Amino acid sequence: MQVVQQQLQPFTWSDAAYLAPEWILIVVAIALVILDLAMPRRMNRTVIGWLTLGGLLTSLGFVIWRLIDMKGAPLPEGVNAQLGNTIRLFGDSYRIDGFSSLMKIIFLAAAVLIVLISIGTVRSKEIPNKGEFYYLLLPAVVGAMVMVSSSDLITLYVGLELLSITTYILVGMRKYIVQSAEAAFKYVVTGGISSALLLFGISYFYGASGSTNLGQIGMKAAQAGDLTPLMYVGFFFVLAGFGIKIAAAPFHLWAADVYQGAPTPISAFLGVISKAAALAVLFRIVQNVGLLGSYTKPIADDVNLAVLIMAAAAMIAGTTAALRQHNMKRLLALSGVANAGYLLVPVGLGLSGLHTYVGEFIFYLVVYLFMNIGAFAVLSVISKAAGHEELKGFGGLYYRAPWTAVATIVFVLSLAGLPITGGFFGKLFILLGAAQAQNYWIVPIMVVTSVISYYFYFGIIRQMFMRSTGDDQEIAVPGTTGIVIWLSAAAVVALGVMPGAVMDFVYKYFSIAADMLFLYL
Amino acid sequence: MISELPILSLITFSPLIGIIILALLPRGSSRWLRVTAIGTAILPLLLSLWLYADYDSAKDGKPYEEQVTWVDTHFDRLSDGASNSLSFKLQYHMGIDGLSLPLLLLTTIVALMAALASVHIKKRWKSFYIWFLLLEIGMMGVFMARDVILFFVFFEMTLIPMFFLIGIWGYMGREKAANRFLIYNGIGSAIMLIAFVLLISTAGFSIESESVQFFSGSYDVIKANLMDPQAAVNAASAWNGNYGNLFMSESMHWTIFILLLIAFGIKLPIFPFHTWMLRVHTEAPPSIVMIHSGILLKMGAYGLLRFGIILFPEQAHEWATVLAVLGVINILYGAVLAFVQKEFKLVLAYSSISHMGIVLLGIASLNEIGLQGAMIQLVSHGLISALLFLIVGSLYERTGTTELGELGGLARSMPFMSGVLLTAGMASLGLPGLSGFIGEFLSLLGLFESMRILTAVAVLGVILTAVYVLRSVLAITFGPMQEKYVALRDARLIEAVPMIALVAFIVLIGIFPAVLTEPMKHGFDTLLQQLSGKVGG
Repeated sequence: MQVVQQQLQPFTWSDAAYLAPEWILIVVAIALVILDLAMPRRMNRTVIGWLTLGGLLTSLGFVIWRLIDMKGAPLPEGVNAQLGNTIRLFGDSYRIDGFSSLMKIIFLAAAVLIVLISIGTVRSKEIPNKGEFYYLLLPAVVGAMVMVSSSDLITLYVGLELLSITTYILVGMRKYIVQSAEAAFKYVVTGGISSALLLFGISYFYGASGSTNLGQIGMKAAQAGDLTPLMYVGFFFVLAGFGIKIAAAPFHLWAADVYQGAPTPISAFLGVISKAAALAVLFRIVQNVGLLGSYTKPIADDVNLAVLIMAAAAMIAGTTAALRQHNMKRLLALSGVANAGYLLVPVGLGLSGLHTYVGEFIFYLVVYLFMNIGAFAVLSVISKAAGHEELKGFGGLYYRAPWTAVATIVFVLSLAGLPITGGFFGKLFILLGAAQAQNYWIVPIMVVTSVISYYFYFGIIRQMFMRSTGDDQEIAVPGTTGIVIWLSAAAVVALGVMPGAVMDFVYKYFSIAADMLFLYL
Repeated sequence: MISELPILSLITFSPLIGIIILALLPRGSSRWLRVTAIGTAILPLLLSLWLYADYDSAKDGKPYEEQVTWVDTHFDRLSDGASNSLSFKLQYHMGIDGLSLPLLLLTTIVALMAALASVHIKKRWKSFYIWFLLLEIGMMGVFMARDVILFFVFFEMTLIPMFFLIGIWGYMGREKAANRFLIYNGIGSAIMLIAFVLLISTAGFSIESESVQFFSGSYDVIKANLMDPQAAVNAASAWNGNYGNLFMSESMHWTIFILLLIAFGIKLPIFPFHTWMLRVHTEAPPSIVMIHSGILLKMGAYGLLRFGIILFPEQAHEWATVLAVLGVINILYGAVLAFVQKEFKLVLAYSSISHMGIVLLGIASLNEIGLQGAMIQLVSHGLISALLFLIVGSLYERTGTTELGELGGLARSMPFMSGVLLTAGMASLGLPGLSGFIGEFLSLLGLFESMRILTAVAVLGVILTAVYVLRSVLAITFGPMQEKYVALRDARLIEAVPMIALVAFIVLIGIFPAVLTEPMKHGFDTLLQQLSGKVGG
């Protein structure tokens, strides 16, 4: 058994440079808190939104720079080529590698779009403390970034709580609306359960392996022997804990209520960033715990099967529940449940078949980011014009805002998985992955739930093009929200026409050995 | 010279020009919108006629291939030292052969006629014509795509515009019809997608060398792998271990074949899956039904031939009787129900089911005569049903009804249109000298070689066809005329032009079928060789 000494590593200035994306966000958040306090009460807080945007973009720049720098730098002496230039900090509890950097790009890009939506549609009438709204977004993003970079379960938990606690507050931001308070309360309770389950699972991992480091746990899983049952228990609790965060069935019941109550940009945040962070971390845990163990134990197969079953349940539950929805936010929440199912499939395929499925995962995540945020952006515009968030608010949109209606077609087709949009290729790649891994049973479930989902997605189109509300006043789209809508629509179409580019990018910067298996070669 | 141009892509995407111009025109100017759309629909017709003139059947479409790499993703593998790469390839690959060319021509002809017939559209012209041209791109792409995923993309591209065209411009029950269309065809496409995914991940796997391996969606690669006894998909033992899982078992062959049969059977439609198309026939605007009945149903037969029969000849051979029985059921069921309908559009809808049964018979014969008969029947029925629905559109415009009981004696007020209707009816019931006869005759002749009794039963259906066609056509043109129809005007020029053109094509194929059989001479060569080699030997 190979034991890697976890020596305490002193903090150096070069570490600070590696962590630039994270601390920039924290500094900006603190500065904005002070600014918000110092600013006269009458002044419009939108400027805080723009500063938040600046912080996010700076951070994004640093992540991309680090990613390219990491790939280009020569390998140090004696390092296995497969491991690449992964940077490990704080006694190997924090990793900056290809996978985490790709995920951070996704989080930051999503956060940028969400802030742009907010600048266009968040009004003081609804959210009294607009400044608070913006600067609370930043620590939430940092939490997500810490999660994907952590290779230690304790660090992971810290990131998760940072993300969770800030989002609890953000959900309750619509102070004059009862549903918002209800949503925040529900989210706190289910979030608490999620954390409890997760910690319980982690304690079993620690008990069985003597470590909280993912790589160590993975290696122990391979030799667990009598302790294998403990690994199983630990794993299933962790899976349930993340299942709540991902909103995968049967842990999805909170999603519709919370999305409905939260401000629209925050619903998008929960649907994209929170979900993606939990999925990415789960991916790492499954691959580590499952894969290293796979050489000797059947635990990998069982772990993968459990994830796939959860995926199938999410697809079925999300799709069937959405059939009866007339509230757009609830509908998008349940569509998010189904999408969580699609995203869980590559997680559960493991390494069975001939290759890894990270490219498929990230591709669909990128598509999901754009189509979901695009749909929420349209919703934020329309709900403001209509005064409610019901489906019938879309009635006659073709007459009232024809171009927005066209962009909405793009999002809806992509959500339904029809060509020529990114959603089609995202699902296609995952389907092919499942078939290549010979998990044939999940293929028809994916396809059939997609077809059933046509019913409610095309219901939106029916409203826009075939109905009318009688109100033919033009709907004004705020500039920044318009940018988000068009950027997202363009991205969704581009991903559908040229799907290879993202996949190539992912596999250029990603290496299974370095980013997933935490090998100590 | 023509083969130096990317002629196939030019044909497919030429309607894009019209779409861009339409997008720039103001919403209200119906005249300019119409002129643009009709002008754009002429483009692909001219280009495809040029292609037809240049086509040399001996080469079976060889010089016209267009191929660009679309997706080429290299997966990351947990490599064990060896530097082997695994990738997934999709291609933008367009090609044409004896199977595609007649259907491509049919598409461009019917699309232009339907564009002319769209004068009866009363609202929202701009978006109507944009969806219309998008639909045309999808249809033409379907017949030329040579990559299964590209095929699927084009196939779905016809689905979305159809949903809008039915749902916005149809009659009273349009939204329901659009929904039903979407769900049925969505299920069909889903089943097709499952089959394609299974094909790519088994038969699509190629090992070029020890270090270069890839999954491919290319039709040619899949076909070559399925035929090659040495390929991983056919030889379990050779690639045991790592690649043993790529072996396609007998049951997997059957699974994919049956999935394809159901997927395209919904589109065709084969008997129990036909309910959706009745609603589309009655609720969609007539010019769209021209497209639907004239071309979209043909995509089902085309897909069945290209993917079901050619890729899985052994399964097709074993199930030839099943296909023939399904065909006979279609013929008789369609004919009997067409006879009892009171609504002319429903007569035509059931007649389509009946005629598609003949296509199935031709396919089931699995010999050259029958297959050619099936192809001619496809083109012929496409033209005839387009013509019939063209007349339906004009009739409805004038009388406001298509109920047989309320129509009658129209020959007196509209001699020209009644004459065309009678001609179309004659072509439909298979009068020699018109295209319908050639298709039916060759299909039945082909089937007679292998299944005599079934052929005899099918001929019964042909007799029934004469009965229901004459019953309905005569009820419209002759008999007592109602007072209110006396003043009806005969066809205007814009209506007469497509009618004459379609009749001309029907007569042309009827007396000179070589215009169709010549290009498809070698279209079935590989299939027939394989059948005689594998099954006969």
